[in-house]
Amino acid sequence: MALSEEITLTRTLETSWRTPRLWRFAGYLAMLATVIVIGLPVYWTVSAAFKTTGEIYRIPVTWFPAEPTLANFPQAWNAAPFERYYLNSFITTLGGMAAEVTLAIMSAYALAFLRFPRKQLVFLLLLAALMIPVEITIVPNYLTVARLGWINTYAGIIIPGAAIAYGTFLLRQAFLSLPYEVIEAARVDGAGHLRIMFNVVMPMAQPAIVTMALLSMVAKWNDFLWPLIVTNTTNMRTLPIGIFWLRNSEGLINWGVIMAGSLFLIIPVLIVFLMVQRYIVDGIAAGAVKG
Amino acid sequence: MRERREWLLFALLIGPNLFLFGVFTYWPLLYNFYLSFVSWNFLRPRKRFVWFENYLDVFSQPQFWTIVWNTVIFALFSVGLTLLIGLALALLLNQPLRYRNGARAVLFSPVIMSGAVVAVVWSYIFDPRYGLIDQLLGLIGLNSPNWLGDPAWAMPAVIMVYVWKNLGYAVVIYLAGLQGIPRELYDAARVDGAGPWDRFWHVTLPGLSPVAFFLSVTSILATFQAFDIIKVLTNGGPVIATTTLIFHLYDLGFVSYNAGEAGVIAIVLFAIMLILTIIQLRYLEQRVAYS
Repeated sequence: MALSEEITLTRTLETSWRTPRLWRFAGYLAMLATVIVIGLPVYWTVSAAFKTTGEIYRIPVTWFPAEPTLANFPQAWNAAPFERYYLNSFITTLGGMAAEVTLAIMSAYALAFLRFPRKQLVFLLLLAALMIPVEITIVPNYLTVARLGWINTYAGIIIPGAAIAYGTFLLRQAFLSLPYEVIEAARVDGAGHLRIMFNVVMPMAQPAIVTMALLSMVAKWNDFLWPLIVTNTTNMRTLPIGIFWLRNSEGLINWGVIMAGSLFLIIPVLIVFLMVQRYIVDGIAAGAVKG
Repeated sequence: MRERREWLLFALLIGPNLFLFGVFTYWPLLYNFYLSFVSWNFLRPRKRFVWFENYLDVFSQPQFWTIVWNTVIFALFSVGLTLLIGLALALLLNQPLRYRNGARAVLFSPVIMSGAVVAVVWSYIFDPRYGLIDQLLGLIGLNSPNWLGDPAWAMPAVIMVYVWKNLGYAVVIYLAGLQGIPRELYDAARVDGAGPWDRFWHVTLPGLSPVAFFLSVTSILATFQAFDIIKVLTNGGPVIATTTLIFHLYDLGFVSYNAGEAGVIAIVLFAIMLILTIIQLRYLEQRVAYS
């Protein structure tokens, strides 16, 4: 152990000493170029949001706002009912996420710890659901939701997408990897399954649950196709649908306003992402590598 | 008795999830089959059973084959570029460079943005007179093509946006794969006198192949479901230059109100995606068997 550590250490020193300066420099340069290519569109959005309409349509186009203005933001806010969009997005995202997390925890607990004569069949049914993409169900689901009278309702946006297979498998895996002795000990102490689920399994599997919740949150917040189909009044639209209609109604006239409106969507997501980056990125990577 | 109680709890815990899948996933799949055999416009009280007429109609339209071609081109170029550029960037960020975690966060941030807002932002970037790309091309004395208005350029534009948005996902998965390659393999290769190039070809690439396979299948599946970017950026046009199968499905269902032909497209999409998923599962099974 100590020996191999020593070897690694010497080699690290050796390589860093041997790596030509030029290569390191090229590495940093490539990294900088990548960040610029990815970041430039966002910079362009920000800069346009602070430009006057006159400046946006001036040739040559400017890189920095020559006479920075804040006017685009109130104008965008008033061009569409953004407070309503935010409310709708918050409700459908939190509602959808809560439903998915609850269903995933319940299903995963059942699959991991409970006996059932047809368990294999249940497992296969969930696996099969993974293979049926939401996109191909839109027409029949629209008919179902219309029959239920759920067009333009939160229930209509949330419930058809609430069932969860991927998250169930993710959590089942996490539950199965918990130390079995702890769960067994709780059982010996006389705790029932629901107690064990709430007081033992859920606290111990918290990182996996948080990751799953965050992935679900991002997906719900960005969902476009289904809310587009199931809403047809302005006051029920979510943010992604709202920005789409704002662009369509403002057309090619007022890019500054549209970019300001886009920032209403981009900024909160970026802030949240930077705070919980580790959970999301590691969660996605873990899901992929474990297969 | 105890056992019965456990079965009951299992059913109660997993029931809601399975019920929702039944209503909003399995049933729509079956109902799509039914719809594909009827002629119906969503309004008439009666659906007319027409056997395979919808299938014949869809398959005999030359535009259907253009749409299939568009879907294939979109999938191949999006996935090909994402996988290649993603690999290069993952290898770069796997080097001991400072700030690489920051670069990874920047690269990943478009992944969690809404496709709709990304497309809104890029529709301004593609503006042939006042957009960012025209600016950049102007620096080297070129004029921007009319990206979104020219049938020849619209698909490349969509692919560019799609790659920009999803590159970070591939990078994160590749990085996880790179970290999973055992160090001893590199040490052994070094002892055998393999240079950096040999180590890349004989250790890194084979070590990454499971991850690359996972990425290519999941990414292809994702392109078949890509809707928001196309809807917002080009609305499938000009004419049908960027119409893919999923866009066509939406168009037939919710613009032309042709439930039967929409059903046919849903079945075609389902068949393609099912085959891809089965290939993936087969491969995973093999991997599990051999490892």
